[in-house]
Amino acid sequence: MSGRYLALGIALVALATLPYWMTGIYYINVASQILFYAIFALGLNVLLGYAGLVSLGHAGLFGVTAYAVAYILQLGFGHSLAILGALVISMASMAVYAVLSLRATGIGFIMITLALGEILWGLAYRWISLTGGDNGLNVQTRPELFGYSLSDVNTFYYATLIIFLLSLGAVTVFVRSPLGAALMGTRDQPRRMNALGYHVWAIRFHACLFSGLLTSVSAIMFVYYTQFISPQTLALTSSAEVLLMVISGGAGTLLGPIVGAGLVVIVKTVVSGFIERWNFLLGAIFVAIVILMPEGLVPGTVRLWRLAWRKRARDAKAVPGSAEAKP
Amino acid sequence: MTFWLVLTANSITFGGLLFLLSAGFSLIFGLMRIPNLTHGSLFMLGAYVGATFVIGMLGVKMNFWLAAVLATLTVAFLGALAERLLLRRLPGDLLAQVLVTLGLAFMAADFCLMVWGGDPLSVATPPELAGFARLGILVFPNYRLAIIVIAGVVAIGLWLLLERTRLGAMIRAGVDDPDMARVVGIRVSQLFTIVFALGAGLAGFAGIIGGPILSVYPGLDQDMLPLALVVVILGGTGSLLGSFVGSIIVGFIYNFGQALLPELAYFVLFLPMLLVLLLRPQGLFGRHVP
Amino acid sequence: MSRKVTRRKFLAGTAAGAAAATFNFPAPAIAQAAPFKLGLLTVKTGPLAQGGIQMEQGIVTFLKEKNYTFAGRKVEFISADTGGNPAGTKTKAQELIERDKVDTIVGPLAAFELLAITDYIAQQKTPCLSLAAAEDMTQRRPNPYFLRASATSSQAMHPMADFSAKELKLKRIITISEDFAFGYEQMGGFQQTFEENGGKILKKLWPPIVTPDYTPYLAQIEGVDGVCQGFAGSNPLRFMKQYQAAGLKYPVVTGETGGDDALLRSYGDEALGLHSACPYTLDLNTDSNKRFVAAINKDYGVDPGFYCAGLYVNGMVVEAGLQKTGGKSDDKAELMKAMKSVSLTDTPRGPIKFDRFGNVIGDIFIRHLEKANGKLINKTVKTYKDVSQFWTYDEKKFLEQPVYSRDFPPVKS
Repeated sequence: MSGRYLALGIALVALATLPYWMTGIYYINVASQILFYAIFALGLNVLLGYAGLVSLGHAGLFGVTAYAVAYILQLGFGHSLAILGALVISMASMAVYAVLSLRATGIGFIMITLALGEILWGLAYRWISLTGGDNGLNVQTRPELFGYSLSDVNTFYYATLIIFLLSLGAVTVFVRSPLGAALMGTRDQPRRMNALGYHVWAIRFHACLFSGLLTSVSAIMFVYYTQFISPQTLALTSSAEVLLMVISGGAGTLLGPIVGAGLVVIVKTVVSGFIERWNFLLGAIFVAIVILMPEGLVPGTVRLWRLAWRKRARDAKAVPGSAEAKP
Repeated sequence: MTFWLVLTANSITFGGLLFLLSAGFSLIFGLMRIPNLTHGSLFMLGAYVGATFVIGMLGVKMNFWLAAVLATLTVAFLGALAERLLLRRLPGDLLAQVLVTLGLAFMAADFCLMVWGGDPLSVATPPELAGFARLGILVFPNYRLAIIVIAGVVAIGLWLLLERTRLGAMIRAGVDDPDMARVVGIRVSQLFTIVFALGAGLAGFAGIIGGPILSVYPGLDQDMLPLALVVVILGGTGSLLGSFVGSIIVGFIYNFGQALLPELAYFVLFLPMLLVLLLRPQGLFGRHVP
Repeated sequence: MSRKVTRRKFLAGTAAGAAAATFNFPAPAIAQAAPFKLGLLTVKTGPLAQGGIQMEQGIVTFLKEKNYTFAGRKVEFISADTGGNPAGTKTKAQELIERDKVDTIVGPLAAFELLAITDYIAQQKTPCLSLAAAEDMTQRRPNPYFLRASATSSQAMHPMADFSAKELKLKRIITISEDFAFGYEQMGGFQQTFEENGGKILKKLWPPIVTPDYTPYLAQIEGVDGVCQGFAGSNPLRFMKQYQAAGLKYPVVTGETGGDDALLRSYGDEALGLHSACPYTLDLNTDSNKRFVAAINKDYGVDPGFYCAGLYVNGMVVEAGLQKTGGKSDDKAELMKAMKSVSLTDTPRGPIKFDRFGNVIGDIFIRHLEKANGKLINKTVKTYKDVSQFWTYDEKKFLEQPVYSRDFPPVKS
């Protein structure tokens, strides 16, 4: 137990001091990207891991928020209004998305979310007066927080880190709360939950809203980071990517999505600089994960670690010469 | 007038191609409950392999139909391998299945880019089907009409397989109740390999048959996969009739929708898909509510 | 990256420096020992890889021809794969500029990729030479650090329309192109010039970028004497096949991507008779083009097309710019000014120079797709000399009208 807290503590210290030991602006930026994609993955995981609902259209919601920020800024309003407006718009969109998708579960849910994601993508292309079509929208400046400008690399990193930690905290609280427990109940035994008097639909709906909140927070960081939004961000491949982040890291765990986000971002941005066929490599990594740790990197590593410890303990306990001794 | 006739004829032929594309997906999903997200890649692999044979290797050009058969067998074999080595370890684990099929899709796409490069490949229409047919005032390419025939033959063949053979009976039993099927002594795991290979082979076959119309290019997998999903949703999973009718319907929606409602061209398939899902989640002919 | 400075080198350097100061020579290579870093933003994975791979071939061929030395300075070349999406392009641009500290960027490939980084490259004052055709980059929202040696979307379509009206004597055309900015801008340019020359555009069709079967659109083509298409990537191949399969026989005219020489190896007989307008043509008889084509044939076994030639020419511009600054690249504004003032006579695409927005003024070639010795070729049938992005229009008037879009110019019928 204490080992885990020690590891988390070290990680926290490392993250907090990252700009000082990470060489180069570029890698600090990569760290920022990992963090806000991790928020996106955590948001999807609320549905995927804890509610058992696979959403293939989450990139659509991500995109809606990003477009909202960019569009409001283009209208001439300031950053606070843009962020607030985007949050409101994205929560409203998520509510509609949830109402439509929750009409089914299982594969039906997956397909409805796929259709919704594709429709949002199509809208991004066609509604040119709003979205600029495939030319996209530019975001000229980044906001200032308490006098610090997010245009500075380190400031942006710290802002992202703080928001990430808050999001992670929120997810932890959620998962450990009665609502979280109820949600997991609806994932595992929906009929029994119903029989016990829980309003399954309402629980799932609220989980969707929470997921939407995290997704929009991540999207706001994304659009300020990239300072550009275009329809590619809402494509099916983007939804698939965040899905892969969650699954490869470990759905239904707190750290899984973070590790998954790290994996995908690092292969896409850093490894792609060294290996030309990085797409193939990424696919191969996913296949390897399925073979070695189908439950995901985090639960799988924990499992293998425990196995190794248990083996060591067993070997240490065995008396030499007796029947229990391992060869 | 010819406008309507051309669109109608094309709806049916495009529907035929869609049937070839989606039948495999529907089969795999109906029996094994695996959403085979590698399906688009299998289509593309069949197209690339078939195109390579048709264009000719070592200066030897191959007959189109022979190339199609070889491509189908190659992709079926790859499908069987994937099932035995990877999917078999993940019964019922939807997330792991999604991860592995998408991982394979990434690998397949990049592999095709490595081997065949970025340029598109043109597949020549088989010479015996080149040219046009005259049906009244309608002039329509022979090859496209042939696709209707091919789709029909495949549909009948699959129907016979499922309804009239022992293998088919076992497949149907497995679709209805895998556990009971096992109890009754059906080797379900072997069955799964055969069905997956069959589904993959169908996808590969569709790829090379579609080659003269669609050509082969990087990104073909991503373009075709959503179409397969739309057909399977509309028609209903696990139902052959559903796949067939769904394909024709999607063919009509695609052709008439794009021609008459160009403003909605991007959503012309997904809006109906959404409507069907909201009103009847199991699709038109599906038996199980997903 | 430390260099051992031996006494001999140091003395030689000092002597050379003294000599330069005395005689006002341009700074010798020894004093500029740091390599010139050239970054390439291209796409090597996914559907856009077709053009991306060709882009890299072009620039690498030029670098090899110059032995990786520009103006006496060693060139360090770094290639980055953006993945074909804007977020990836931004990230890779950051990698090249912030981590690798490149002096100049060539690429990216697509317009939406360029638009994602345009503010960034201006802010970082990094010169960028791209083929991306987005018109406003050199028109209504010009970027002072951007140079385009290829063409805007409509630059080749204006002469194509002129040729269609005057030489092909076409009068009624339906346009069909992908439903995105590159398509709108191409067709808009074509329409404006075609209609001024007495032609009429009956309808403009916009299939989405992902359209496996164009038949629903082809079925609407009638009552015309010609078709103008503007497809890009691998779509022209599919379009021409389905065009033929639809029984349509009207002459087809197209732009730089629809008739690209690099597609000749994929095209079949369905493309015979296609007229295309392109800033590059394979059979151009200049020394540099002959060298360039031979090198591409030798190294890659294929004929180069528009993307490949475009990057080769970009390399030539960078090198010429460096010649003008004497190999110096510390002052980016100076380097940019030098490159913008470059005027070359012998390039694979003929003579080029830049207008005040950083867009090229060069020749546009009209080609006719034919068969020669059993192989498909694009035979150049007319050359429009010194075509600018504004064609024959008054620059001010042109900039006052909105950018070519889906609805501009509007269809009049």
